[in-house]
Amino acid sequence: MLKPRIIPVLLLKNGILVRSKTFTFHQHTGNPVEQVARYTAWKADELIYLDINRDDAHDFRETLHLIGNTTSHRDVPATMTNNMIDIVRHVSERCMIPLTVGGKIRTLDDIRIRIKNGADKVSINTQALNEPVFIEKAARVFGSQCIVVCVDVKFDPEKKKHEVYAHFGKDATGLSPVAWCREAERRGAGEILLQSIDRDGTAKGYDNELIRSVSDAVSIPVIALGGVGTYQHFVEGLAEGGASAVAAANIFHFSEQSIIKAKKHMKAAGIDVRL
Amino acid sequence: MIASPKVAIIDCGVGNHTSVYNALTLLKIPAAITCDPEAIASSTHLIFPGVGSFAEGMEGIKERGLLELLQEEVMVRKKRILGICLGMQLFVSEGFEHGHFKGLGFIPGKVIKIDTTASGLRLPHIGWNDVHVIGDHQITKGFDRPPIFYFVHSYHVVPDDPSVIAGVCDYGVDVTALIEHANVFGAQFHPEKSHDDGMQIFKNFLEM
Repeated sequence: MLKPRIIPVLLLKNGILVRSKTFTFHQHTGNPVEQVARYTAWKADELIYLDINRDDAHDFRETLHLIGNTTSHRDVPATMTNNMIDIVRHVSERCMIPLTVGGKIRTLDDIRIRIKNGADKVSINTQALNEPVFIEKAARVFGSQCIVVCVDVKFDPEKKKHEVYAHFGKDATGLSPVAWCREAERRGAGEILLQSIDRDGTAKGYDNELIRSVSDAVSIPVIALGGVGTYQHFVEGLAEGGASAVAAANIFHFSEQSIIKAKKHMKAAGIDVRL
Repeated sequence: MIASPKVAIIDCGVGNHTSVYNALTLLKIPAAITCDPEAIASSTHLIFPGVGSFAEGMEGIKERGLLELLQEEVMVRKKRILGICLGMQLFVSEGFEHGHFKGLGFIPGKVIKIDTTASGLRLPHIGWNDVHVIGDHQITKGFDRPPIFYFVHSYHVVPDDPSVIAGVCDYGVDVTALIEHANVFGAQFHPEKSHDDGMQIFKNFLEM
């Protein structure tokens, strides 16, 4: 039978990997290309690279020294810069599992160049909110299987409801996640990457109420993201949240064999994972 | 492996050819992404990747003037060809995705939507699934357990002659995962995105 997917998310800021907490705090964790072989060997089912650099005008070369002079650099060609497209190309050359790339995708050409350089899918977020018909255009040209709509959500304790945010969680849209994900599906999204801003980096577990509400409302796969602190949280995201795939960033970064360990835990909980 | 396979990855404008090229590069197999008739004719093996709809795929072949060449190479010259995903689906005689279309006709059969009415499962079928090897085929050599591959699709191939099916996976119904019919091979999943098990499929294909 189809196996629930476990997906590491790698956040890139100015071309290097970072960790994140509630979308604000970023700490450098290393080199984007070097992680591919490790995560693939550890049986990651897919990889998602999200470029969270907020400054379009940034000179990518300025941050290279932050990851230089380390042994992790051995796998990286000397010619590589930390321009996102260059990173996609080098990552994809080593990536024998599906690769999704997101961040700052505004046009069909932005999608085309990522696919041409080896991405299998793209994740679009703010542009889909700005121009919902962009989902249709992208799905028509590249196929729904290629279009992941990323949805960032915050819980409003006063109104007691979830709300979709744009621009890296800065701007409230007034949209409910269920309504927006249904619209994304109707317009041709192939998958939903559903991210809780409140839970990001907190290690408190997924917002399973949010994930359940969306996974019940759409018939395309929902990938849960935000909040994983223990391997049991993956089990809960599938069982309580009803997600088709479970994604996480921080938990995978600092522990050897982390994905295999997570999968062994899930297998013991009765989930048929790929091992 | 034969002396030196020379692979043409056929580019008909549908599909992620870079991933297939990258996989072959890791296996140190020379390959070119091409729609040039001469390059296709002078290759030892053809790989035909594809994503998108059946009609678009056939249109892509016709627009590039490759319909007769492919039929000549595969049916007359018996060149080995591996279709991936939509590529495999185009090998059969007719497709029923958004209409009724004629395929390349290498394998008698049809392409139909996966029936999920009984199972209630989500479509597309996306993710990793076990493939159960059927019969004794070249393309499924070297697996000591059921291999696991990455799938992304809503339609699948139903051949008229079930003996060409080399592997199926369970998605509510038996979904055709692998076909082998003389020199014609097809994988519904993406071997280029299926880690070691996917690489084994390329090795099996290229060692023939």
